[in-house]
Amino acid sequence: MEVLIYLVPIALMLGLTGLAAFMWSIKNGQYDDVQGAAVRVLSDDDLRK
Amino acid sequence: MAETLDLSVFVKRQDDGTAHLDLAIEGIDCAACIDEIEGGLCRLPGVVDARLNYTNHRLAVEWRDGQVSPAKVIEELQRLGYRAHPFQSRLVEEEEARRAQWLLKCLAVAGFASMNIMLLAVSVWSGNVTDITPETRDFFHWLAALIALPSVAYAGQPFFQSAMGALRNGRTNMDVPIVIGILLALTMSVVETINSAEHTYFDSVVMLLFFLLCGRFIDQAMRRKTRAVASNLASLKAEVAHRIEENGELALVPTAAIKAGDRILVRPGERIAIDGTVLSGASEVDESLVTGETTHRAVDAGAQVYAGSLNYNGTLTLNVTAAGKGTLLDEVERLLESAATAKSRYVQLADRVARGYAPVVHTAAALTAIAWIASGASVHGAIITAIAVLIITCPCALALAVPVVQVVASGALFRANVFLNSGDALERLAEVDTVVFDKTGTLTLPTMSVVNAGEIAPDLLEAAARLALSSHHPLAAAVADKARDRRPYDGAVEEPGQGVRTIMDGIEMRLGSPAFCGAEEMARDAVKGDPTSSAIAFAWGERRAVLLVRQALRPDAVAVVRNLRESGFDCRILSGDRAEAVAPIAQALGIEMWRGGCKPAHKIAMLDALKAEGRKVLMVGDGLNDAPALAAAHVSLSPISAADLTQAQADAVFLGDRLEPVRETIAIARRAHRLMRQNLGIALVYNLFAVPLAFFGYVTPLVAALAMSGSSTIVTLNALRARGRAPAKEAEAAQGAPAVQGA
Repeated sequence: MEVLIYLVPIALMLGLTGLAAFMWSIKNGQYDDVQGAAVRVLSDDDLRK
Repeated sequence: MAETLDLSVFVKRQDDGTAHLDLAIEGIDCAACIDEIEGGLCRLPGVVDARLNYTNHRLAVEWRDGQVSPAKVIEELQRLGYRAHPFQSRLVEEEEARRAQWLLKCLAVAGFASMNIMLLAVSVWSGNVTDITPETRDFFHWLAALIALPSVAYAGQPFFQSAMGALRNGRTNMDVPIVIGILLALTMSVVETINSAEHTYFDSVVMLLFFLLCGRFIDQAMRRKTRAVASNLASLKAEVAHRIEENGELALVPTAAIKAGDRILVRPGERIAIDGTVLSGASEVDESLVTGETTHRAVDAGAQVYAGSLNYNGTLTLNVTAAGKGTLLDEVERLLESAATAKSRYVQLADRVARGYAPVVHTAAALTAIAWIASGASVHGAIITAIAVLIITCPCALALAVPVVQVVASGALFRANVFLNSGDALERLAEVDTVVFDKTGTLTLPTMSVVNAGEIAPDLLEAAARLALSSHHPLAAAVADKARDRRPYDGAVEEPGQGVRTIMDGIEMRLGSPAFCGAEEMARDAVKGDPTSSAIAFAWGERRAVLLVRQALRPDAVAVVRNLRESGFDCRILSGDRAEAVAPIAQALGIEMWRGGCKPAHKIAMLDALKAEGRKVLMVGDGLNDAPALAAAHVSLSPISAADLTQAQADAVFLGDRLEPVRETIAIARRAHRLMRQNLGIALVYNLFAVPLAFFGYVTPLVAALAMSGSSTIVTLNALRARGRAPAKEAEAAQGAPAVQGA
């Protein structure tokens, strides 16, 4: 069972990465316009000239 | 409108040479609007960026300063088919947004911690009944402690702060037992980990936090949603005024840009946008929105006028006074202060339960420890069992019981076009047994309308209405509303103080005072039957008609009041208007208890008398004079047309021309209150079973986890029933009410 010694910390690090990504997305304002994001995906002019 | 609005006060200049303007947009209904608005604006030369927030219907525009004027942006939006209103975000809303983000972060941390600790805890539980080695178990417990301690320190902050705040004021609320439970469970788990014991409760603690934060967050989100809509509505009805500049020129500016000491010009037929004293000019003002009085007051130089009054026949120049400087306002503010302090004494249902609950639970835990020690168990074992009692009774379900129902119910109210201002209003609304209405603007519509339209020949009415489009008189606006063809007649001339006339196909048409149209006798007869209304005469060649104009009852007022009375509510009217004007309304509604000519202090005295009889009063009112009464009543409602100060005092605000939301609000509140009590019942029954188990030492961490998540789920599911069982009826009721803009 020694494998747990590094497997469990790796699992934790992965979880922390996810948490950090979520924190970044909050700070970045990704949740400011939830409904808008849902419909913007349908418009195809995201390459604005 | 040839004049352009000066919006410079709303424009924010930034360091990089760009200017920024926030707008609330009306008329957004589909995803295509995003492209249309953003694309359309970006095509304007000089516009750098336009970003629409589809969730709250707000648009942020940035342009290189000097290349585009803000008026041009609004004009372009108008051309695209959207109405835009400059928007200033309010401090409260920004504060709430920051708090919501903070709660979301706490929730994320708690979610991360509870998932990872549960992973470790499940391994330990299954290992305990199979072949886990003590070393591996200790390793897992230490890891769990490592995750739990910082997570709780971060994610528990909302509860720690609220509990500390309550304790500092010498009160207890639901957060106090929660914090005690969390801290004890954490301490015990750390001690047990050091002693390499079999059981720790780290998973229960973080899961508890996660559930509670979910409740807090959705509660907050719901309130933020209604607040966003409310402030959009506020900017939609933001008013403009003509300011007289230093050089004597007139500028059309939003009232937000007007300061004390400015001079403004008010033309006939315009609503006075701001408090002030009259510098020159004489006129009559209709102060029904302010005092409820429907007869006009004559004003001349030196007189004080209030925002919300309607200027009738003369042009006035006003000197703007700082808000709160009038005799009426002073009285209103003074009464408000005393009324508001009386109200803050109301204790919410959840806090009342917490007050009784905390001591009982803590006594139970103490008794458990004593009983075990007395029966010969070790002190350590006894304390562990006592703490298990505290953990299992930690009021997770109890703390969710009320907020979840509040969220679901305010969602239902939102669909019924009612916005809650205060969270505990639902509980107070549910206790109501007496409904006191204001008359002007509450039972009646805030605008004038033609009451005898049915008795007039349709072609005459249509012609009169089209002619009325050319008049600026406020009474004419009511007639103009009836026009199906919205094009005014060519060559219509307005004779100040008399009426409008034009010549169509060689026949003269006149609309105005009865004398102007030669219909004095007819008018006298018509007014005899309805003394509270004003008569407007119409002449078309030899034909004559008299239109009676007054503030009509809201279309469903009679039905709603009858319905309320049949459901056992005592309905009354307290109006600032003359008794002669109130009597016919009271009669039409079948209300026996009514009073006219009430000053704000009278209204409060009447409400206090009702309170002394032990009644719980719902006050529904809109005028500035109602604000103290709204604050003094047990709970209060305002229509959206109400004065700003009044709206701020009301516990809830309703939209639209109908009175139905009043009845619906009470119905939803009663259903919600029933569910809150049911939920508290469920939570207490759960404790009834859980406490004996914990007392006898049967509560392992696994049992605690199951029991806590089980009870929280049941409570949440039960709360969903507050959505209401008759959606079809609700949809029907929503028709005719204006669509809610933005969310």
